[in-house]
Amino acid sequence: MRYLPLTDEDRRAMLAKIGVPSVESLYRDVPAGALLKDPVDLPRHAGELEVERAIGAMAAKNLGTGSVPSFLGAGAYRHHVPASVDHLIQRGEFLTSYTPYQPEVTQGTLQYLFEFQTQVALLTGMDVANASMYDGATATVEAVMMANRVTRRKKAVISGSLHPHYRQVIETYGEHTGFAVDAAPYDPEAREDILKKIDKDTSCVVIQNPSFFGHLIDFAALSEAAHAVGALVIAVCTEAISYGLVRAPGNTGCDVAVAEGQSIGNSLGFGGPYVGLFACKEKFLRQMPGRLAGQTVDVDGKRGWVLTLSTREQHIRREKATSNICTNSGLCALAFTIHLTLLGEAGLQRLAELNHATASNLADRLAKIPGVKLLNETFFNEFTLALPKPAIPVVEAMARRRVLGGVPVARLVAGKPELENLLLVAATETVTEADMAALETALKESLAEVK
Amino acid sequence: MADRPSGTVAAAASSGPGTISGNRGLMLEEPLIFEQGMAGRTAVDVPEVPKHQDRLGGLKRQNPIGLPGLSEPQVVRHYTRLSQKNYAIDMGVYPLGSCTMKHNPRLNEKAVRMPGLADLHPMQPVSTVQGALELIDTLAHWLKVLTGMPAVALSPAAGAHGELCGILAIRAAQVAKGDARKRILVPESAHGTNPATAAAAGYEVDPVPADARGRVDVAAFKAKLGPDVAGTMITNPNTCGLFENDIQELAAAIHSVGGYFYCDGANFNAIVGRVRPGDLGVDAMHINLHKTFSTPHGGGGPGAGPVVFSDALAPYAPVPYVVHGKGGFDLVEHDETGKAFGRLKGFHGQMGMFVRALAYMMSHGADGLRHVSGDAVLNANYLLAGLKDELTPAFEGTCMHEALFNDSFLDGTGVTTLDFAKAMIDEGYHPMTMYFPLVVHGALLMEPTETESRDALDRYIESVKGLAKRAKAGDKAYFEGCPYHTPRRRLDETLAARSPHLRWKPEEAKKAAE
Repeated sequence: MRYLPLTDEDRRAMLAKIGVPSVESLYRDVPAGALLKDPVDLPRHAGELEVERAIGAMAAKNLGTGSVPSFLGAGAYRHHVPASVDHLIQRGEFLTSYTPYQPEVTQGTLQYLFEFQTQVALLTGMDVANASMYDGATATVEAVMMANRVTRRKKAVISGSLHPHYRQVIETYGEHTGFAVDAAPYDPEAREDILKKIDKDTSCVVIQNPSFFGHLIDFAALSEAAHAVGALVIAVCTEAISYGLVRAPGNTGCDVAVAEGQSIGNSLGFGGPYVGLFACKEKFLRQMPGRLAGQTVDVDGKRGWVLTLSTREQHIRREKATSNICTNSGLCALAFTIHLTLLGEAGLQRLAELNHATASNLADRLAKIPGVKLLNETFFNEFTLALPKPAIPVVEAMARRRVLGGVPVARLVAGKPELENLLLVAATETVTEADMAALETALKESLAEVK
Repeated sequence: MADRPSGTVAAAASSGPGTISGNRGLMLEEPLIFEQGMAGRTAVDVPEVPKHQDRLGGLKRQNPIGLPGLSEPQVVRHYTRLSQKNYAIDMGVYPLGSCTMKHNPRLNEKAVRMPGLADLHPMQPVSTVQGALELIDTLAHWLKVLTGMPAVALSPAAGAHGELCGILAIRAAQVAKGDARKRILVPESAHGTNPATAAAAGYEVDPVPADARGRVDVAAFKAKLGPDVAGTMITNPNTCGLFENDIQELAAAIHSVGGYFYCDGANFNAIVGRVRPGDLGVDAMHINLHKTFSTPHGGGGPGAGPVVFSDALAPYAPVPYVVHGKGGFDLVEHDETGKAFGRLKGFHGQMGMFVRALAYMMSHGADGLRHVSGDAVLNANYLLAGLKDELTPAFEGTCMHEALFNDSFLDGTGVTTLDFAKAMIDEGYHPMTMYFPLVVHGALLMEPTETESRDALDRYIESVKGLAKRAKAGDKAYFEGCPYHTPRRRLDETLAARSPHLRWKPEEAKKAAE
């Protein structure tokens, strides 16, 4: 029992000091019959070696993206994370600290959160950002609920550009917490006209850029139309590296920018934990969800940081809070901020350009395959291919050839025959020339194999 | 103790003679990254960008972002210095009640970084992630056996998200029966997330008072029941560190009006391996993997809040979930029953936390987990016994995993709970939780967890007793000045809230240069 310091002798002496005969007697308030006398039916304790072996055996049954050519995106992207990121986030003072409620002994966490908030505000072109949310999808639904509070309206308009999981999360919250969701059909060719859905009951328009299908979207007209009826524009981004190259939401008239921050600093990890980014115009500050680090001074007049504006939060306001969340994504935010600090302006821009260039060249290559059609005129590092066959079996066939060749749209959107043949293909800086050749071959062979 | 300043709050007395640099030995001042960056510098060597067709459609960024450029040694030094301004469970006793700061085994960190786990994409074909699904299924099995509940939803990202998951399942179950309801009963001692969650789900929050024993007032609870009550959210063991001994009666009462019993499992660590919530009449309960099962708190997250369900609520659990299919494990991402209440999160949940939690569970096993809860309760009672003469316990008798005191031992001293907490910082401890639960005046809630040794507890008890004696001896000014030995002393929270300064701005650099 390597994690438990108490010996049986300790336990005896401590029970004597407390004045009770046994540990069980400390459970006397548990109703008779509910206190288990014996261990439950699960394996007994195991040493470090045994546990490592058991989990290692499960890991070995998976095909990791690091071991084969991989072109998976759809809201989660494989990027190279510098070694120093993982080293630094594992410092025990970061890893094993709690929410910085005692600022005198958590200045480290508070300062990096302040820096994180600044970086997120800069990337998105917004005035302020919070100290992170659970992930991109939950950040998006929190933005919708904020817009509902700000406008005192109850209808969110959802663009067909939005990630299906994000849409499903908004629909779930809407259905059960009492706001309407008017969602446009999925828009694989960036042709939608969402302006006609916006009216005086609309609290917000939620649009994604680059879109779920990869297209780059100009918000200017949309922002104008939304603002004309007093609705907010929420700009979603699921590939944070794109901020290095693509015009920021704050520069195109958006009111709230939310994003999945996984791409910067965080591994794929089968979908989580990730880090939600949330930024907005200053006028919405007091309606924002989530924690905020703010600058102040101590009694000696030295600059320092504290958690602030907590009168918005559940531990003070209870049922009147702006959000029910308590935990955020501190350590993932730390990984994000360290990676972005390592990159800096020059590194991020060049990395973003490399992603775009790699994807652009890959698109040229794949579009030449007979029967395959590239649906995008614009994209950042991910695009949609219309295949001559259903994408799910094609991807399975490519996986058998040890190529993770993209994400079928139908995996995320069920029951839409018109989306069945669509394949999302992403290419980041991790993709090599050899990987591209492998994908090309695998796709050709798989298309021939699938009926 | 003789060299400790007392009698004044003067800064000079606390920090000694000033230094040229402002540093104080190991306490190093560290500017913001924005104050040390240079344009053009980077710590990442990105390969050359190949020739390509520009497909940005004229939407290329036109303005600089404004990010600073640093080299790798500068970055490593920056974050190392910042880390040294934090207290952590790796450094010492962190008795933050209700937060469960226990040791975070490094094996768990190693496991989550294994190739084949860390580099798995959530949307890979399920045929390529059979091991990951097996791991999730194994974790689900452990959680179901430990709680005595038949089903579990794994996607909630943290405790409050789990609460929402449970409450929405309750709502969906009642709506499916054509019986939508309005009220949720929440004890006044509940964590703030409970009323916030119920309100977020559109329910009216009806508070239930605590009785003189720190438990839910059963008579008051029953008096509030009616056909419009959707359910109740009860934390057990509760936030006063006590087991709700009438729990089965409360469960039966809520069931008798067609309501459901949501249990806040934040304190499951006190009973894991010894009591199964399923035996107490619970319909839904979230489990904070970052509390009971030791996934690191990471400065405020990420967490994970799987929710276990009774048979009555299981069909309404959200997608996704893992099932045993023909060719192995399968992942259900789209509800085909029409009953699941929806989706709460992108992808499949906090996989990295699942790996860590499972490593922790497997390390302890069924036998060891009984010691985890038993030692946590033993340690808390040892603190209670050691401190009860000098401090004032909020309730009589023994406690579960946390010892709760009120501030009446400070009556007449002029020292507040907050002052007392700040003095603990100077003694080398993270303070206990203060002013929570709200049902106890000036609450001090101490949770040592199973991680602390008897020696560590003895030293902690001596320090706290010494501080109590000092307060009672009339050294009010000392306490008002605490802490003296931290990178920053008491910070002006009023200023921070009155004029919010939430980010660095380029103008600040210009101003500093002038």
